[in-house]
Amino acid sequence: MNVKILGTGCANCKKLYAVVEEALVQTGIRAELTKVEDVQAIMGYGVMSTPALVIDETVVSAGKVPRVAEVSSWLATAAMKETGAV
Amino acid sequence: MSAVESGCCAGPAEALNAVPTSSMPASVTPAQRDWSLYRWLAALAASLVAWFVVYHYLPVFAAWFTYDLLGLDPASRLGSSVAFFVYDAPKVLMLLVLVVYVVGIIRTFFSPATTRRMLAGRRESAGNVMAASLGIVTPFCSCSAVPLFIGFVTAGVPLGVTFSFLIAAPMVNEIALVLLYGLFGWEVALLYLTMGLLIAIVAGWVIGRLKVERLVEPWVYETMAGEVAEERPLFTERLRTGLDAVREIVGKVWPYVLAGIAVGAVIHGYVPENFMASVMGGGAWWSVPLAVLAGVPMYSNAAGIIPIVQALLEKGAALGTVLAFMMAVIALSFPEMVILRRVLTPKLIAVFVGVVATGILIVGYVFNLVV
Repeated sequence: MNVKILGTGCANCKKLYAVVEEALVQTGIRAELTKVEDVQAIMGYGVMSTPALVIDETVVSAGKVPRVAEVSSWLATAAMKETGAV
Repeated sequence: MSAVESGCCAGPAEALNAVPTSSMPASVTPAQRDWSLYRWLAALAASLVAWFVVYHYLPVFAAWFTYDLLGLDPASRLGSSVAFFVYDAPKVLMLLVLVVYVVGIIRTFFSPATTRRMLAGRRESAGNVMAASLGIVTPFCSCSAVPLFIGFVTAGVPLGVTFSFLIAAPMVNEIALVLLYGLFGWEVALLYLTMGLLIAIVAGWVIGRLKVERLVEPWVYETMAGEVAEERPLFTERLRTGLDAVREIVGKVWPYVLAGIAVGAVIHGYVPENFMASVMGGGAWWSVPLAVLAGVPMYSNAAGIIPIVQALLEKGAALGTVLAFMMAVIALSFPEMVILRRVLTPKLIAVFVGVVATGILIVGYVFNLVV
């Protein structure tokens, strides 16, 4: 699974990063976590407010820092999809 | 100057739940959904009643607390300062909670994407009016200014209309309006709302007339902006988002509000009347441009600046001068220009600052003449 955090480096982007790290630890899901800071790349996802969270190339949240529990459930759903596909 | 950004980036408003959240599993039945909605509405109604009761008795409580419990003399300086703080601090915070909650819910209906859809291909004039009005209700933060700008212009929103939005969004916001209402009354709040919208509309329109599209960095128009599929959130989800907004925004700005009111309280009790009249009174013609010049490099939001404004006004500064100062601080911030530099050439930034500053100057002078 790949998880991307879109943001141009504001305080809340760092907060989101920490929340996602925490959610990954809690769920025990293994994922590749990357930051996307290039504006054109961010625009490619159609996101107009940062920070945004992308799981497996799907935007799940934008313009807010979601709670750890929310992120965990998104990760779990994505993990289920992945195993279903394989 | 405090560098707070209320709710910046974290405006918990955009509902983009491509996958269901934990609290709302996909398997929820209609009956379950109704129950949780009733629970929400009952809790809301109860809180609202409690809010009004407490708000109604605040003056009585403040007087009792200051004069009976603390035994201060109403005529003394200390007594007058303490009474001011004990009444104003809870009043402003309560107003803030209520308004941020309501606006938080309203904002779930307006994401930047819906706003863009409403503005795309819109003609100027009408487009400028719409963009400025949408600037109030669309969640926005200056650190998202660049993606928002690109998203708007690549979707066919005219440049001038985009600027109307970018000017109105930070300048006319719910925190500014609540503080102005709480500290000066509804006339000043309404005045600020009208003038803020007017500047955003006219400045955006002027920038559109100037035909400055070539001053936008060329790569902006070549950017391929994607689309995000949005799901309509459930109504309980919206109600919850409002609470998130209160936690985020009020949680961030309350220390500044309290500090500002404390400064206001001290000035209320101790600084002599008309202290500011010589410097910022309506008589001195240079006071308005000076206020704008002083305001631009300052970086603050409404929560940080309005209590200072209150202090200035109370000691004899003219309303137009103070409004100009406040608008310059909130609407023309240096960090936002640095952010916008990535998509705009320096020339266009100069045009933007020049047009908005001129608008603010005119508002300042007109108010000093009229009021």
